[in-house]
Amino acid sequence: MARSSDRDGGDATRASSAGADTGLTDADATDVGGDPLRPSDHIDSVRPTAADGAGITQPKLGPLGYLRFFWRQLTSMKTALFLLMLLAVAAIPGSLVPQRTSDPNGVVQYRTDHPDLFPVLDKLGVFDTYSSPWFSAVYLLLFISLIGCIIPRTRHHFEALRARPPKTPARLSRLAGYRSITLETAGGAGDDAITAARAVDAARAQLKRSGYRTQVFGDSVSAERGYLRETGNLVFHSALVGVLLTVGVGGGFGYSGQRVVVEGQTFSNVLGSYDSFNPGRWFDETQLSPFSIALDEFSTEYAPDTAGGAGMATDFTADVTAQARGGDAEKAQIKVNSPLSIGGSNVYLLGNGYAVDVTVRDGEGNVAFRDTVPFLPQDTNLTSLGVIKVPDALPDQLGMIGFFYPTAADNGTGALTSTDPDTTNPVLSLNVYSGDLGLDAGVPTSVYTLDTDGLTPLAGTDDDAQEKAVQLTPGETATIPDGLGTITFDGVKRFASFDIHHDPSQVWVLLFAGLSFAGLLTALFVPRRRVWVKATETDEGVRLEYAGLARGEDPTLGRAVGDIAKAHLGGLGVPADVAREVADDPARHDVEKPGPAAGGRGRKI
Amino acid sequence: MVTADLAYYSLVAVYSAMAIYTISFVAFALDLAKRSGDAQQAAARAAKAEALATTTVSRSSSGGSTVVLDRPSGGAGGAVPAAGGGAKASSFERVAIAMMLLGFVVHVSSVVLRGLAAGRVPWANMFEFSLTGTAIIVGVYLAVQLVVNLRFLGAYVMGLNLVLLAIGTVNYYVAVSPLPPALQSAWLVIHVFVAILGTAFFAIAAGLSAAQLVQTKREQSKLAGLRFLDTLPGAERLEDLAYRIALVGFVLWTFTLIAGAIWAERAWGRYWGWDTKEVWTFIIWVLYAGYIHARATRGWRGARSSWLSIIGFAAVMFNFSVVNVFFKGLHAYSGL
Repeated sequence: MARSSDRDGGDATRASSAGADTGLTDADATDVGGDPLRPSDHIDSVRPTAADGAGITQPKLGPLGYLRFFWRQLTSMKTALFLLMLLAVAAIPGSLVPQRTSDPNGVVQYRTDHPDLFPVLDKLGVFDTYSSPWFSAVYLLLFISLIGCIIPRTRHHFEALRARPPKTPARLSRLAGYRSITLETAGGAGDDAITAARAVDAARAQLKRSGYRTQVFGDSVSAERGYLRETGNLVFHSALVGVLLTVGVGGGFGYSGQRVVVEGQTFSNVLGSYDSFNPGRWFDETQLSPFSIALDEFSTEYAPDTAGGAGMATDFTADVTAQARGGDAEKAQIKVNSPLSIGGSNVYLLGNGYAVDVTVRDGEGNVAFRDTVPFLPQDTNLTSLGVIKVPDALPDQLGMIGFFYPTAADNGTGALTSTDPDTTNPVLSLNVYSGDLGLDAGVPTSVYTLDTDGLTPLAGTDDDAQEKAVQLTPGETATIPDGLGTITFDGVKRFASFDIHHDPSQVWVLLFAGLSFAGLLTALFVPRRRVWVKATETDEGVRLEYAGLARGEDPTLGRAVGDIAKAHLGGLGVPADVAREVADDPARHDVEKPGPAAGGRGRKI
Repeated sequence: MVTADLAYYSLVAVYSAMAIYTISFVAFALDLAKRSGDAQQAAARAAKAEALATTTVSRSSSGGSTVVLDRPSGGAGGAVPAAGGGAKASSFERVAIAMMLLGFVVHVSSVVLRGLAAGRVPWANMFEFSLTGTAIIVGVYLAVQLVVNLRFLGAYVMGLNLVLLAIGTVNYYVAVSPLPPALQSAWLVIHVFVAILGTAFFAIAAGLSAAQLVQTKREQSKLAGLRFLDTLPGAERLEDLAYRIALVGFVLWTFTLIAGAIWAERAWGRYWGWDTKEVWTFIIWVLYAGYIHARATRGWRGARSSWLSIIGFAAVMFNFSVVNVFFKGLHAYSGL
């Protein structure tokens, strides 16, 4: 293997890309190991020789020694790499099973579908993969390892930023992009005469102009550029730590909550008016900024029947009247990709559906229930499922499970189905039960479910029911069997499901993410390189040598050295075509007379 | 109806492009076969010259080396010898590239027609994503071609492209339909396009990494046969190329991740929620981050790191196909 033999040959800084010989015997003298504070197994660092371990009786490690040993292990490249791979693998289970945070209903469904597997998986925490101890352990270790790498490298980089470029290696010919040319001085005297000193000065000025840090060592210029590469690298990694910290700590100050609002209703931002609420770790009720949002109208646009995707919803608009404390009521619109920002929180439109207006009179003729009940959509044509609970009905409490069909049609088997999400032919179909609804026991129950155990079916699909399900169109009234009353379907309204979020940290997360992206670009695409220009006076004239050294990935190093040579030679008055030849062909080592005035090509080989 | 007509013409163009790509694929394959023959002849010539050198010791050693040097002809782009071929491309290769260009033009016209039919960017469902994505893979490949000679990868690019395009067209085709409200955002243009672009770079990098793996085996003389590999760049050069192309992909992928988070905040009210698609995008990002670090780790450079590039691309494909179709999540835009 060419690679390992290269390295065994003492190659510390592999100028991989320029394809040049990288046996850096000379460079090593000035730049041993490139970055000594990188992890010891970094590709740039010095390979441990067999002599290091063999024949030496190692001292017994004390507690501090062991601590240092483990720290070294943790911050080594191999461990970091291993942790990265582990992180990728550890993230997989969370995508295979539903997560409590993003899909709580899916978790409930999973428990029903896999009753045997569920407890095992639950114990392993795969339903909360991303907050599970094992997942946290992986990323925390990774970040500790990362910090253990960032800190010494930052220190080292600060030193490098202040340091002068290293001494010119003795033999440039072994470096990347090496090319040389001997310029005949042709005995010319005066200002135009090319001397080594003049060539070096010109090279220094030129390199300085192109952003190199330069240092003259006798008859040569040593130059280095691209410190920004390491800066970008450190910014990238530090910003990742910043992202983690702001997400982990800052996220705790926020909250999110959901609320279904029917047209005509008003939502006030107090804890009690949320349907569900997820506070951050450091949430405090006083954080809820007082504002209210009234849903005036909810409208949906559908694709025309003539185009593809006929009947598909193409636009949802919630027209609201929003009022922050001390402010005037303002009309506003909330759409799917355009939330409303109010009182430091954002209000998102995340769902919608139909709510039915229902009036129930009990067996004694009194109005036992008059309300608007949201029905939850079950399919794309908005067949909606809802529950009506009438605890005040006398003599028995009444419970109903119903389907609402915006555009009802017979599906061929006698059952109804909805064929369009718009309310072309709205029908409400209800299964009616009587009995104790269990609301008085003090146990909280969902408003969207009805436990029919122990209830007497009166109407519906149940075998014991006396009648078929009650079917109503808006305005119709039906009687409930057994003389238990009547039910009136007063009308249909739309409801909107709002998510209210407050996350003061997300601006910071974005800032750090942007910073890390900028750092990444700099770290990957700014080349860090050293360049040397050497001028020696020989019997034949002034011998100019150019060479470079890549520090990290640098595919264009060879070309860059060529360009520097070209510009430098041009500046010294060498004809452009000759300069170009030297630039293009690193193998050319000719003797050249400078300047057109010198006449002829005077080439010695 | 105009929409239906345009969509129909777009589909006709897709099938035409596939037919042209098939010709290109076959020509690329023949070119590889021819490279095998060439390599064999060159080796034979070299052996002959060597034999000559042993009998007439004086001058033929240089003669022998000229013959060998003849093979990997000078490279585009300076110091490093690029892929074999270079100046003297075989006629198969010329046909293959010409057909690829022609197919690309037809393919792009199909993408444009689809966009016109829908009156929006043509990457809002899986079929359109496949259609545009494959066009961009070919586009990126042709663009990279201007910088380095990657013609030896043509058979891989065409093969992959044909498979993806065929699956996309046959299995995922849906009629033009308007955008659901969740996708009506400028981020659809940015986030998805950059994701496709990143995928294209990853695809080419994975091809190079695969070539590198085989080349490494061959350089270790563990692999007889496959003589066309002699005309490819060495394993180290292949690794460098794969790495650089994957780097571009990684930058684009990082952008996709950030842009996706910004969009998610607008559309779903949270910037990160471990949705299945988010999880896999994250996994891919971590895999490629690992790949980049592996190259800087002793003992990982070379074949081991190239496996990460291949696994990374496999994850990209998995993320697009299996996650979209079979996993439950918010990115439910397959249109199926």
